[in-house]
Amino acid sequence: MKKVALNGAGLLVALFAAFPVYWMIATSLKPSRDIFASTPQPVPAHPTLDHYREILTGNLIPGVTFADFFLNSALVAVTTVVLSGLVALLAATAVARFRFRLRTSFLIMLLVVQMIPLEALVIPLFLMIQRLGLYNTLPSLILTYLGFSLPFAVWMLRGFVAAVPKELEEAAAIDGASRAQIFRRVLFPLVAPGLVATSIFSFITAWNELIFALTFINDQDRYTLPVAMTFFFGRDDTAWGPVMAASTLFTLPVIVFFLLVQRRMVSGLVAGAVKG
Amino acid sequence: MTTLTEAPETPAAREIPVRRRRPVDRLPYLLLLPCLVVIGVLLLWPLGQVVVMSFHQLNNVRQLRGDREWPWVGLGNYTQILGDPFFLTVLRNTVLFAVANVVLTMILGTLVGLLLNRLGRKMATFVASCVMLAWATPALTGTIVWKWIFDDTSGLVTWLFNALPDGVSETLFGRSDWTGYGWFNSPLLFFSILTLVVVWHSFPFIAVSVLAGLKSVPSELHEAARVDGAGPWRVFWRITFPLLRPVFGILIVLSTIWDFKVFTQQFVLAGGTQDRPTFMLSIYSYAEAFSPPPKYGLGAAIAVILTLILLVVTGVYVRMVLKQEDES
Repeated sequence: MKKVALNGAGLLVALFAAFPVYWMIATSLKPSRDIFASTPQPVPAHPTLDHYREILTGNLIPGVTFADFFLNSALVAVTTVVLSGLVALLAATAVARFRFRLRTSFLIMLLVVQMIPLEALVIPLFLMIQRLGLYNTLPSLILTYLGFSLPFAVWMLRGFVAAVPKELEEAAAIDGASRAQIFRRVLFPLVAPGLVATSIFSFITAWNELIFALTFINDQDRYTLPVAMTFFFGRDDTAWGPVMAASTLFTLPVIVFFLLVQRRMVSGLVAGAVKG
Repeated sequence: MTTLTEAPETPAAREIPVRRRRPVDRLPYLLLLPCLVVIGVLLLWPLGQVVVMSFHQLNNVRQLRGDREWPWVGLGNYTQILGDPFFLTVLRNTVLFAVANVVLTMILGTLVGLLLNRLGRKMATFVASCVMLAWATPALTGTIVWKWIFDDTSGLVTWLFNALPDGVSETLFGRSDWTGYGWFNSPLLFFSILTLVVVWHSFPFIAVSVLAGLKSVPSELHEAARVDGAGPWRVFWRITFPLLRPVFGILIVLSTIWDFKVFTQQFVLAGGTQDRPTFMLSIYSYAEAFSPPPKYGLGAAIAVILTLILLVVTGVYVRMVLKQEDES
């Protein structure tokens, strides 16, 4: 009896959590007349990919399709990930492998800057982007997201670097490897899974961001996906089919990446605990 | 240094081994340099700059580019904001919203965490996977879907209310036809739906963290308490809560910080920055700065006020984390 109640509660939670995601996908697969039917269909009765075809091939403005926004977003996110991963790996190595005077101060600063409300930085960063002449360019967003993702990336990578047994590097040093060689041949391959996990977090940050992209980009053909979605769909509340198709295409990569990180995170942390 | 090594018998030579043992290694600083530059230029400098801007009258993009002068107005922007009764509305919205969302997120998240801990293995995996979906969904698309669910013609909620027997609907709400009902029109309803969206997005993190905490607590304690006849309510408050107190502390502080600066969900749900009665601090700052006519100085002052509030909460958070690192 008690078990039934617990399982029932579990099903309710699962329904509440997953239903919006299901409803998004289900709506995107229904023809418009089913979407606006007076009685909603729990499952698409006449599944169709029409809405996907419409947004992928149709021009939202002359010469610009949904795929272009997808590319803009991907370009910004991937560049951010590469830069942030590189800079974070160097800093994480410094923090996890060396004892130096300002180490604790640096860690505290890292913790504090993660708490800066980014929403409060739109105005001064807008000023900086204007001064640098980067207004209305994708690099303005890459720079911004680099700053946002870096503190967390260093914080997270620090754990992965620390989990690599120091003895391996010492052995390589005894064998005569230089510091650069140790970094490239010993540390880097072992930290790579952690770097992947960290990169995915940076990717999600850059991919999802709306406010700065809304403020720094003016030309429609340079919009990132979130801006395009609020601009083209947010104002027209009736086109729910294409809106849900676009939302699904925007959301799926994030969900896939997110689930990947979850597993990697756990295995990475557990491996570290066992070795340490 | 070289002369000293050549003359090892002098008293000063004793310093050499000491220095050799702890040479100032430049490498860690070199490795940190790019990171420090990025954080300095992209986070700390803007943080200082927003304060500077809040003391100036800036109503023109040319001023930002440096082509025009920045007239100093001292605390003028602050007195203007604090003297405006609208600011009180915004502050009240922000604080009430944050408190309601933190409380609801914590309660729901904790309950789900406890539930996941009690469920059988397969069921727990299934529920946890569904919960992860809500967590992984971007704020933007999650909000768009909820907006569709509350659509005033074909939305699911409108249909559900229409499906109520007319008599029941009439006595409870005073209307039986819900088609065309503006779910987002009254501030109270708007905030209720916004709360639903934000809690939906944020309870998974609390649930997973509480679950991780529960897994680290030896289950013998709970069993012993249950054998002694304690009900679930007593077990939670007497055993679980005290053991997980540090986890709860950090989760509450983090939720507070996040719920104080909600932007995307509100922006999408309200369809932009026109719905002034539902403004909270972050969207108020943005609207003042970027809705024409631009008032960058005024927006900066509001951003500074938001930052100061969050600074207090952050102080509490950093102290908690440092205390925990000391203990472990």
